[in-house]
Amino acid sequence: MSNDVLFEIKDLEVSYGSITALKGISLKVHKGEIVTILGANGAGKTTTMRTISQLLKAKSGSIMFKGQDLTKIAAHKIVKLGISHSPEGRRVFGILTVEENLMLGAFSQRKLDREVRSWVYELFPRLKERRKQLAGTLSGGEQQMLAIGRALMSKPEMLLLDEPSLGIAPILVKAIFKQIKEIAQSGVTVLLVEQNAKAALKLADRGYVLDVGKIALSGTSEELLASEKIQEAYLGKKH
Amino acid sequence: MDIFLQQLANGLTIGSMYALVALGYTMVYGVMRLINFAHGDMVAASAFVGLTIYTQVMGESASLGAVVLIFLLSAGSMAVVGIILERVAYRPLREAPRLSAVVSALGASLVIQNGIMLIWGPRMRIFPELVPQVYWDLGGVVISLIQVIILLLSLVLMITLYLFVEKTRMGAAIRASSIDQDAARLMGINVNSVIALIFIIGSSLGAIGGLFIGLYYRGITFNMGWQYGLYAFIAAIIGGIGNIPGAMLGGMLLGLFNAFIAGYVSSTWSDAFTFILLILILIVRPTGILGERVAEKV
Ligand SMILES: Nc1ncnc2c1ncn2[C@@H]1O[C@H](COP(=O)(O)OP(=O)(O)OP(=O)(O)O)[C@@H](O)[C@H]1O
Ligand SMILES: [Mg+2]
Repeated sequence: MSNDVLFEIKDLEVSYGSITALKGISLKVHKGEIVTILGANGAGKTTTMRTISQLLKAKSGSIMFKGQDLTKIAAHKIVKLGISHSPEGRRVFGILTVEENLMLGAFSQRKLDREVRSWVYELFPRLKERRKQLAGTLSGGEQQMLAIGRALMSKPEMLLLDEPSLGIAPILVKAIFKQIKEIAQSGVTVLLVEQNAKAALKLADRGYVLDVGKIALSGTSEELLASEKIQEAYLGKKH
Repeated sequence: MDIFLQQLANGLTIGSMYALVALGYTMVYGVMRLINFAHGDMVAASAFVGLTIYTQVMGESASLGAVVLIFLLSAGSMAVVGIILERVAYRPLREAPRLSAVVSALGASLVIQNGIMLIWGPRMRIFPELVPQVYWDLGGVVISLIQVIILLLSLVLMITLYLFVEKTRMGAAIRASSIDQDAARLMGINVNSVIALIFIIGSSLGAIGGLFIGLYYRGITFNMGWQYGLYAFIAAIIGGIGNIPGAMLGGMLLGLFNAFIAGYVSSTWSDAFTFILLILILIVRPTGILGERVAEKV
């Protein structure tokens, strides 16, 4: 892992009307890292991800990616800069086929890169088997694979994954996390939001813990795994 | 048998016009979940714009070139009106409650309708004879050149639209935006451009529908947008609102239905029967004939 900072959030504040969801958070991601953001329901994880992608606009603070402040850029231009987002709840295009979903993933590329698609099919062979099937008829786990695959189609430098384990059978979660590791090893930097702290920390290099809109804790995965607060809050001890 | 074939021909003609207009309602609804009530009035406005271009610009010439230009200019001007309408009446209300947008749509409808009345007056005007009155008598069934042109041109436009939406990159952007706008943005799709494009396509098709109405019925009035707009809107619902092939199918079915009611029962009952048909279809298929795709969308 090199030390260049690829991505940095500074003092980010986001609100929904009068409700402040993020109260000034800061975090960094280095090139090639897997960084995880942990936190309970309503902590602000999805808000963070959506603000990075500019689906939500920040009230104040900056989000720097390779020297550009994303807060000044329109949502549809983010993917072109090299950040791809697999959103919470998957949001696959249900009435389109698997293949059409992947094509849309490559929308920003103008030309479909067949090698990337082959790689996605290698990572998730299920998708290849079901490429003519409507995405809405896939199982939850398969839809998650599709959401990740679709995000990869734009050849991102950084991949945002919002709760890829949400509502998915444990065995599939394992398989998906294994492939996230594989994706990271291919050189894609990963920012992973999870409630499943144990699985996320096993995978990640570092992590941040969000608590009602604030960073409560941060450190390497080993540090966080060993931390008592994490043990109590997320790893089911003393529950 | 003669009545049947005659009403079949009439029904396909009327149906093409409904279908063209219905596409505007359905495409806007598909992406924005909004009924653009002003669409019917733009259809009416197009007929008046066509009339004025004919008298003022073309010097009352109905040469092929002039007619083509009248169509292009009318469609173009309605495309511009459509873009302005979206900017002024709908875009500022995208995040607002549904009802605000409905009120805005009704307001826009009244503004355009009153605008037509102010410019062209409240009385019925006669649409120019842009197509020669040629008729063919096919053993008791009379078909006019106008009917053939309306049917063929509508089919060409609808097939082109279908291929555009299904096969092109922009078409994929339209489909993605109508399923999930945020997910579309994450793919790099500029949803604002897609919405502008939808208004351009929908308004120009509606404009051509308006010119066809003028050609076919001849008498045009400032408030005819409500009547034809309502029928086209019903056609869109019958086909499954939000669904493009649905609007085409719904338009054709409703046109045929109206023609057969007029042929076998009485044209005065046409409205009542249309609503009965609508209600029956909605009871059997609440999402319209091809509408299950829409139901999944939400
Ligand atoms: N559209 C919205 N309007 C108003 N408040 C919202 C909206 N979306 C989220 N919030 C609020 O913002 C806070 C953060 O929500 P967010 O979705 O970011 O949490 P999260 O950490 O992703 O939770 P989860 O693990 O349940 O997905 C919550 O208090 C939530 O109620
Ligand atoms: Mg969330």
